[in-house]
Amino acid sequence: MAETLLTIDNIRKTYGDNLILDGLSFDVHKGEVIVIIGPSGCGKSTLLRCINALEPIQGGEIRIDGELIDGNSRNIAQIRQKIGMVFQNYELFPHKTVLQNIILAPVKVQKRNKEDAVKEAEQLLDRVGLLDKKDSYPRQLSGGQKQRVAIVRALCMHPEIMLFDEVTAALDPEMVREVLDTMLELAKNGSTMLIVTHEMNFARAIADRVIFLDGGEIVEEGDPEEFFSQPKTERAQKFLHTFEYESVKHHEHKED
Amino acid sequence: MDWDVIVSYLPLYKDGMLITLYTGWMGILISIVLGFLAALVLYYKIPVLKSFVRAYIEIFRNTPLLIQLFFIYYGIPKLFGIVTNEMTCGIIGLGLLGGAYMAETFRSGIEAVDKIQMESAVSLGMTRRQAMRYIVLPQAITYSVPAFVANLIFLLKETSVFSCISIMELMFTAKDRIAVSSTTVESLFLVVVFYLIVLLPVSIIGSIVERRLRYASFGD
Amino acid sequence: MQALATDLGFDVLFKGTNFLRLLGGMWVTLKISLISVALSIVLGILLGIVMTFKNPVTKAICRIYLEIVRIMPQLVLLFIVYYGSARLIGLKFEPEFAAVIVFTFWGTAEMGDLVRGALQSIPKHQYESAYALGMSHRQTYFCIVIPQTVRRLLPLSINLVTRMIKTTPLIVMIEVVEATKVARQIIDANRVASPNAAFGLFFVIFVLYFAVCWPISLLASHLEKKWSN
Repeated sequence: MAETLLTIDNIRKTYGDNLILDGLSFDVHKGEVIVIIGPSGCGKSTLLRCINALEPIQGGEIRIDGELIDGNSRNIAQIRQKIGMVFQNYELFPHKTVLQNIILAPVKVQKRNKEDAVKEAEQLLDRVGLLDKKDSYPRQLSGGQKQRVAIVRALCMHPEIMLFDEVTAALDPEMVREVLDTMLELAKNGSTMLIVTHEMNFARAIADRVIFLDGGEIVEEGDPEEFFSQPKTERAQKFLHTFEYESVKHHEHKED
Repeated sequence: MDWDVIVSYLPLYKDGMLITLYTGWMGILISIVLGFLAALVLYYKIPVLKSFVRAYIEIFRNTPLLIQLFFIYYGIPKLFGIVTNEMTCGIIGLGLLGGAYMAETFRSGIEAVDKIQMESAVSLGMTRRQAMRYIVLPQAITYSVPAFVANLIFLLKETSVFSCISIMELMFTAKDRIAVSSTTVESLFLVVVFYLIVLLPVSIIGSIVERRLRYASFGD
Repeated sequence: MQALATDLGFDVLFKGTNFLRLLGGMWVTLKISLISVALSIVLGILLGIVMTFKNPVTKAICRIYLEIVRIMPQLVLLFIVYYGSARLIGLKFEPEFAAVIVFTFWGTAEMGDLVRGALQSIPKHQYESAYALGMSHRQTYFCIVIPQTVRRLLPLSINLVTRMIKTTPLIVMIEVVEATKVARQIIDANRVASPNAAFGLFFVIFVLYFAVCWPISLLASHLEKKWSN
């Protein structure tokens, strides 16, 4: 197996008396695509935010390349450069053009040459089919376009792992596809990805491993084919069941 | 209305207007600096300092400028043993009053920027300071513009209170003319015209900038 | 302690009825503000409704009116009404009356704009969903629109009260005897006995104004927070 990139070791997260994450542990290997699913409020978005130190954790530790991720540490900005994150509501910077959005961090944070950053940004934009939008402002783009720009913006920092936090949840249905296709292509090119999503078919198609989270703990973990066709735990079965509408109809027909 | 009187009064009013402009904009300058610092203290929740800033804002927002001016005028010599002239008092008073209003304006501008914008900036590897400078502040300033323009107009209008502590600005000039001559109508006409000269450009430029910003970088 | 009180001029305060006179001056301030706000609310609601009309003439008039109030110092308006009225229409107003006219003129414009904003901020589908539930026009207005408008307006109109109270010291300029004027009278009367009276008296007035305005501001921001969601 490839080398371990990210280690999550027995982390605990609470908000006041509320236990959000309860002793979670798993590893992410280089080039691996992990999809995290679970009912809303199960802590999956919080988990991603903890990995990026946007939320402090109350126990356990998270390491990337063996280095501890701690929001209070001096070099947290450097560590975050290794982690790309894409948010549900895009979070592009509204006062900057698409191109400026993408090159801001490479130029200001990584002190890269501006021309090189522009060149790379344009290549990436071309890959997601948005090169002609490079001088537009975020408000002039559709949701799907914004989200693809957000992905490019994160990629341009050359992160070692990408976190996707329900990136299609705010999109109109017809725009979901274009964003998911972009992610599929990233996966094909060997990116390490940690994805939180509600798109079950997509999860099945892209994942190397599925983690099912409920009540702040890992309930089931494994191969996507196996998980989606024959979930082992009752909680996973129940959760997957909520995505099937036909069963209701069957039921009614039987009663007729 | 006697036009000869009006023409003969013009130089007096011009002098008054210059004092209004000078004291007004000096006070505004102070208020911008004070307000910006106070807003940062509140945003970063700096212990101890933030309590002082809160008290400062509440006190100056809840008392009349005139009383503040009298207090500064009689208080500074008492407390610090320095004798000040009226003009300095006026500028300090307006600066302190304006600072309290500007602080609220800037603070709510910063707060209007969604917290997740900061998060998205730091998740790109920016330090908090870089995120503040490149992402939060530019947006906060844009959000603050309408209230900022309203403050400018409010503070320039407040300079009329200076007439009560004998600063010879526009209102004082008008009051003086009304008292010493029977040219009430002309005096009032001129004070209106000169205040229009002082304030109309601010109002017009302000609303143009507001509209620009609304259409240019944000409004969907 | 005694010496300090004398030095800072607080001693004058407790001579005779001085403190009561100051409070009386404060009451004049409050009275003028409250009357003006009451009138402004009534007139402002009417103005706000007029401002939602699509008629270009009323629109233009309203805009000019609002702009005048926006950029003319209240003191100028006070002078125009107090000194100008005598010359222009031959009427000599009582200073308190002139103050109420000016503050109402100002308050009506502010309220009108707030009412317009509040009316226009109620989304169309609020009306539609009320009609869809089978409510009549009147029921829609009284049960849906007005309660929502009031919630937006009340904190803002409470703020207007404090702003008026803070502006009232200006009426000293047109000879109304309010707190500032009383203070001056006391200072003049005690010029020889207590040369430091000014500091103490203005400090007390400062505190008095704060004591009146601050609770009102707190109430306004409390209501605003409570009703914002």
